[in-house]
Amino acid sequence: MKGEMKELKFSVNGKPYELEVKPETLLVDLLREELKLTGTKKGCLVSACGACTVNIDGKAVRSCSVLALQANGHEVTTIEGVADGDKLHPIQQAMVDHGAIECGYCTPGMVMSAKALLAENPSPTREQVKEAIQGNLCADEGYVKYIEAIEIAAREMRGGH
Amino acid sequence: MEETFGNYSILGKAIPRVDAKAKVTGQAKYAADFEEANMLWGQIKRSPYAHARILNIDTSKAEKLPGVKAVTTGKDFGGFKWGWSGPTRDEEPLAVEKVRYLYEGVAGVAAVDEDIAQEACDLIEVEYEPLPGVFSPTEAMQEGAPLVHDDRPGNICVEYHWNFGDVDKAFAESYLVREDTFQTPRMAKGYLEPPAVIAYWPDPNRLVYIGAKGSPYFPYRILARCFNLPLSNVRIITPIIGSDFGGTKNDMTPADFSAVMLAKKAGRPVKIVTTQFDTLTTDLRRHPMWITVKTGVTKDGILKATYLKAVADGGAYTRMSPLTMFLVGTCHTLPYELPNFKYDAYNYFTNNPSSAAMRGHGLYHSRFAADVQLDMIAEELGLDQVEIRLKNSIPNPKPGEIYETVNAVHLATCGVQECIEKVAEAVNWKTRKKKVEGDKAYGMGFAAATYNSGTKLSAHNACAAIVRVCEDGSVNYLTGATDVGQGSDTIMSAIVAEVLGIKLDDIDLKRVDSAFTPVDPGSYGSRVTVHAGEAAKKAADDAKNQLLEVAAEQFGVKPDDVEIKDKKVFVKSNPNKNMAWERLVRIACYETPGKVIIGRGYSTQGISMYGLADFSKGAGDIGTNYSFTAQASEVEVDVETGVVKCTDKNVIAHDCGFPLNIQAVETQVQGGSYHQGISAAMYEEFKMDQGQTLNPNLVDYKRPRAYEAPMTDVIHVITNDPYGPFGAKEASEGSCCSAPPSIVSAIHDATGVWIKDLPTEPEKVFWALKKKREKGQK
Repeated sequence: MKGEMKELKFSVNGKPYELEVKPETLLVDLLREELKLTGTKKGCLVSACGACTVNIDGKAVRSCSVLALQANGHEVTTIEGVADGDKLHPIQQAMVDHGAIECGYCTPGMVMSAKALLAENPSPTREQVKEAIQGNLCADEGYVKYIEAIEIAAREMRGGH
Repeated sequence: MEETFGNYSILGKAIPRVDAKAKVTGQAKYAADFEEANMLWGQIKRSPYAHARILNIDTSKAEKLPGVKAVTTGKDFGGFKWGWSGPTRDEEPLAVEKVRYLYEGVAGVAAVDEDIAQEACDLIEVEYEPLPGVFSPTEAMQEGAPLVHDDRPGNICVEYHWNFGDVDKAFAESYLVREDTFQTPRMAKGYLEPPAVIAYWPDPNRLVYIGAKGSPYFPYRILARCFNLPLSNVRIITPIIGSDFGGTKNDMTPADFSAVMLAKKAGRPVKIVTTQFDTLTTDLRRHPMWITVKTGVTKDGILKATYLKAVADGGAYTRMSPLTMFLVGTCHTLPYELPNFKYDAYNYFTNNPSSAAMRGHGLYHSRFAADVQLDMIAEELGLDQVEIRLKNSIPNPKPGEIYETVNAVHLATCGVQECIEKVAEAVNWKTRKKKVEGDKAYGMGFAAATYNSGTKLSAHNACAAIVRVCEDGSVNYLTGATDVGQGSDTIMSAIVAEVLGIKLDDIDLKRVDSAFTPVDPGSYGSRVTVHAGEAAKKAADDAKNQLLEVAAEQFGVKPDDVEIKDKKVFVKSNPNKNMAWERLVRIACYETPGKVIIGRGYSTQGISMYGLADFSKGAGDIGTNYSFTAQASEVEVDVETGVVKCTDKNVIAHDCGFPLNIQAVETQVQGGSYHQGISAAMYEEFKMDQGQTLNPNLVDYKRPRAYEAPMTDVIHVITNDPYGPFGAKEASEGSCCSAPPSIVSAIHDATGVWIKDLPTEPEKVFWALKKKREKGQK
């Protein structure tokens, strides 16, 4: 077999993992194929569509553009780790209530980009919201309701003001 | 308070989508998310030539590679050919004698992992004799040009010649006659979800296919024929679909056929996920088209006649091109009154990847050309753009009356005038002022459009539905219709809940599994809401009537004196006589011997009215009803660089008859306008060289992103169409058609230049501005 296996220690959605991985394995493939976390989507594999966006230490990262080994020692959050059990995160709730979601393929990535934005900047301007999700291509819904939903979630997370 | 329409419990409001929670938490499973025990991965071997004869394929080295479990070539399919309709079956699952476009599939491999499958593809040796090709309609139409299909002389794929009224006489009588040629780009469909498939054979005579198909009964029929199986043994399971927009996820791909064949050969499940590169180089595209419009008008700007000529690049195989060329012509007599109309259509085979349907199918090309030309006419006559549109708009027929166009298209409702008026008012059209700030010029454009809704083709047209009432009062809804993101699962569930008088949460919709769900034509031509909605209503009515009979017996009244609302069953003339929904269902299911409450319904509205359209003559209805749209778009043009951007001043009024789900209509209209309309106008185009796609990735191929998205406002125009369920017509494809002309018109408003060749890339705008400045200096 090609290449020797390397040790990877990291956490995903708060759960610690110690794994042996091929050095060339992309983070997105490890999440989907090994950990069966298929909520993270594969779109373009050239960092252009954002469907595979996850959070690493709270920052939005495209998991097709990093090796699994680069996550060593870091905390990864995927779409499966955003809701609190049955209770949706305010970003998720706003997207559902505001009717932002159509086919849903870009949705996990969109949530992860929005989550990273609001963690860093609780009161983003509309331009900042657009900038935060500019790496997330949507195919069908026009972005309007996504942008508005993120603004609604930001207000909710600030306590309604 | 939130806007609502009609007097319904559920419909006519903002209805949260039934699949939204699964999608927002990552639980929604798309085709590529499925896996089966003992599964193999497949890959497709593709041709390095756009046009070549296949002399020999040697798979022996690939077969010997450890980890390879099966190899297939076109010969395994025994001469099977398929196509969009019987007479157009011109494509093989994998090319046997000839490849007709670059990267066409010639073989498939299944192996224990994707890398080994790819390595095995590299080991397959194919001997080709390269042939000269044709790469545009201009090349394809030359005398003596190489033939893409040896039995199709002149490379003609589709040709129509229609004639209604007397255009020559009308031109002679016109005050002004204009002729302009417009061009629309070769475009990607834009879905992010790659086409993916898993196939397996539970036994040698039974096939299971899980695939990203928006019209799952296409593979149902095609695979049954291909593998000589009874339909009862073909099980197509439809996961969540990540958009479609017509084309590849309706049709078959070499990967679909190969996965099924490889699974049969290996005796194990085979999964193939298409890469983005393969998607962007081989999937079906929107037709590039050259549209010449000659229009005659009176001095007051009243349309007298149009001659339309459309030339299209159909690509390597026929696919849906006959329908495309029909659609380009048929709705040209909408949304404005047009007494004389002539149409010549030419679609040529080329050695480019095949072209096919895409959101706004057909009408997008011709409505763009005609609506921009209407602005040119208005300018020449000194008329206002809104005024000329209002003058020519088809008035909304009175209830019970039907408007018939010169080519026998029938309208029971037409909200285009109201759409135009409402948009003009919303953007203060009359008092708007052009402005220039430094290098930036701002302008606003106006357009109106239409789209056929509830599309009906020849042969099987009906959608069907089954409502199964469980003994505890919960309901399974079985539909053949597929939600590809437009929201039909929610609409169907809402219609069933509305009719039964219960809650949306009580309905559990079963997505297509052809072992259980009723056969359905598919999700194309804005047909789902109209046809599947009618089926949903009828099936729910059927189940309800069965329950009302039981209730009537219990209450000692006639069934038509019983009603169900908010899960309460009551006597209309004496509401004190009532019982809970659950109790009624329990009585019905448990009273000896106990009933089995199953409601059935199928749609008939589409074909019961005016029959089917005649493609060769161009007369008749492709739609059951027709949506109407008006749109105003403001753009900012950088007059130094030619870069055009939308501002947030973008308003669309859309007549979808009746908005069943207000939120879904809004996202459909906003998305249709931006992704497949504005993007077509401003950004997207495959750059080609001798059949090779030069920008096959989403970095070099520009897609619309959030930072350029106009925050489009949607105005709902209600016309309550009698041929749609609860008055509904399509929502979204109309806005794909109004967006491009509104953008081109806005660029002209800002700068005075007309861009007739889409997309309006900065370079084109820059040169047009330069030319205009130089002309001005002379």
